[in-house]
Amino acid sequence: MTDPMFTNLALFVLSLLVGFEVISKIPSTLHTPMMSGANAIHGVVVAGAVIIAAMADSPTGYVLTGIAAAFAAANVVGGYVVTDRMLQMFRKPERPAVEDETGASK
Amino acid sequence: MSALDWVTGLTYLLASTLFVVGLHQMRSPATARVGNLVSAGGMVLAIVITVVFAIVTIGGNWIGWTSLILGLAVGSVFGALSARGVKMTDIPQLVSLFNAVGGGAAATVAFADFLHRTSGEIVGAEASVPIVLDILIGAITLSGSVIAAGKLQGIIPGKPIQFRGSRIVNVIVVIIALGAAVLTVVLPRNDLMLTVVLVAALLIGVLMVLPIGGADAPVVVSLLNAFTGLAVAMAGFVLDNQAMIIAGALVGAAGTILTMQMASAMNRSVVSIIIGGFGTGDSVVGSGGPGADAASVRQVTPDDIGIQLAYARHVMIVPGYGLAASQAQREIAELASLLTSQGIDVKYAIHPVAGRMPGHMNVLLAEANVPYTQMLQLEEANAAFDDVDVALVVGANDVTNPAARRPGNAVSGMPILDVDRAKSIVVIKRSMSPGYAGLDNELFSNTKTGMLFADAKGGLAEILAAVKEYVVH
Repeated sequence: MTDPMFTNLALFVLSLLVGFEVISKIPSTLHTPMMSGANAIHGVVVAGAVIIAAMADSPTGYVLTGIAAAFAAANVVGGYVVTDRMLQMFRKPERPAVEDETGASK
Repeated sequence: MSALDWVTGLTYLLASTLFVVGLHQMRSPATARVGNLVSAGGMVLAIVITVVFAIVTIGGNWIGWTSLILGLAVGSVFGALSARGVKMTDIPQLVSLFNAVGGGAAATVAFADFLHRTSGEIVGAEASVPIVLDILIGAITLSGSVIAAGKLQGIIPGKPIQFRGSRIVNVIVVIIALGAAVLTVVLPRNDLMLTVVLVAALLIGVLMVLPIGGADAPVVVSLLNAFTGLAVAMAGFVLDNQAMIIAGALVGAAGTILTMQMASAMNRSVVSIIIGGFGTGDSVVGSGGPGADAASVRQVTPDDIGIQLAYARHVMIVPGYGLAASQAQREIAELASLLTSQGIDVKYAIHPVAGRMPGHMNVLLAEANVPYTQMLQLEEANAAFDDVDVALVVGANDVTNPAARRPGNAVSGMPILDVDRAKSIVVIKRSMSPGYAGLDNELFSNTKTGMLFADAKGGLAEILAAVKEYVVH
């Protein structure tokens, strides 16, 4: 096993452990937005699409780049937007109506 | 290491820190929105530095970059529009769909990378193993999540779909996928073999999710969310990209925890859900009898309920999916705020699987302007039930069944809300039909319980009118 491979493996395992630790403290009240927010984080695969775009030098490569980019962008943009939409609805009681910005009419 | 390597590495480290901090801030509704933005900030950093790094170290040509920009534009527009337009009741489907494309992107990235390996040579296990794993997991996620979303949306029938000999087909497809995966690793670069892995994995995703019941679909969505995380981490190994490895692992952990919690709240094991679907038939044991008839319970009128509520001091609302199904969140919130304005303490007892996925009911109530301080989790609610004057159960069933405390039935051991400890109980339900577990709910025949047979929306509207009679002078 090469050195960088081992470093990456260590990074992977430690991140899993951090993930378990952080996520298990999240109350069930927020589990849906949390799942959606985590979903957005795996949109980091956009970085992968960028790298294959730079490497692409054949029609197949260009097509794969386009597919990966479209998929990844839908994931990351949609994920963050829908999570934000959910979280902005969570409010405390007696909130002044003045700062009510988007959509939530009533 | 060049200066750019350093900057890139440090930026990835910062981005990963922001992901963790952002997730950490999701532990309270007060900080969660900021947390999501922090995480998004980390994402922007990671993507921008990757673009700089790729331009400087690899270069590329204009066609490749144009494909990227076009793809990003199409995907972003689709993502933003569907995220802004989705109804909150349909959130599970959308999460599943975003999950599908994430897995698809990870698989595509690995495939494209494979095509750049030197032809005629063995790729080397340190690259080929993560590549085949990425394609296996990513493709299963892509097709499986699409099917799960279809089931949740009702496009694909929610009941388990099986056909004769499906188990044999499953085994054959899995063997083909694994065989092709092994051959991809040991043979000199073989694009055809990798394509076989891809196609077989897509088939596995379909075959795995089709036989799973609609009620279990959210567990599958969560599991596939974990899968996507792992696929992205594998893509990170392939490209030696630390941001992808860290973020992928974080999501893998998140999805795994949520899947286990969800399964235990539904009194099922993850294995029985997947295996149950994957070939052997659904394993829900319906030990319910013919079903108690409506005559054995005490029926009450909306007016009776109105009086009870108007003179209560502590009211606990127990919402279930039936509430969301009849779109009655606004009515319940209006009733609660009317009671609150009369100095009555109103709280919501929310079971982890009250909605279509954990925390879904909280989102639906938040949308109806229910403050999150009124939403109690299972343990908090159970600590409070002894002081509750009226428990108002709307559209919830199995999660309130006291039979769960006894061994030997379909809900045994399932965590429940201790509604039967309230001083008085009101249940709004359309009929006596049993819930998902196929078991009669003993709560309904409790002498403290009054039943109102009505649709949640209509029933609540009548109760609201009744309460107004008593409180508005």
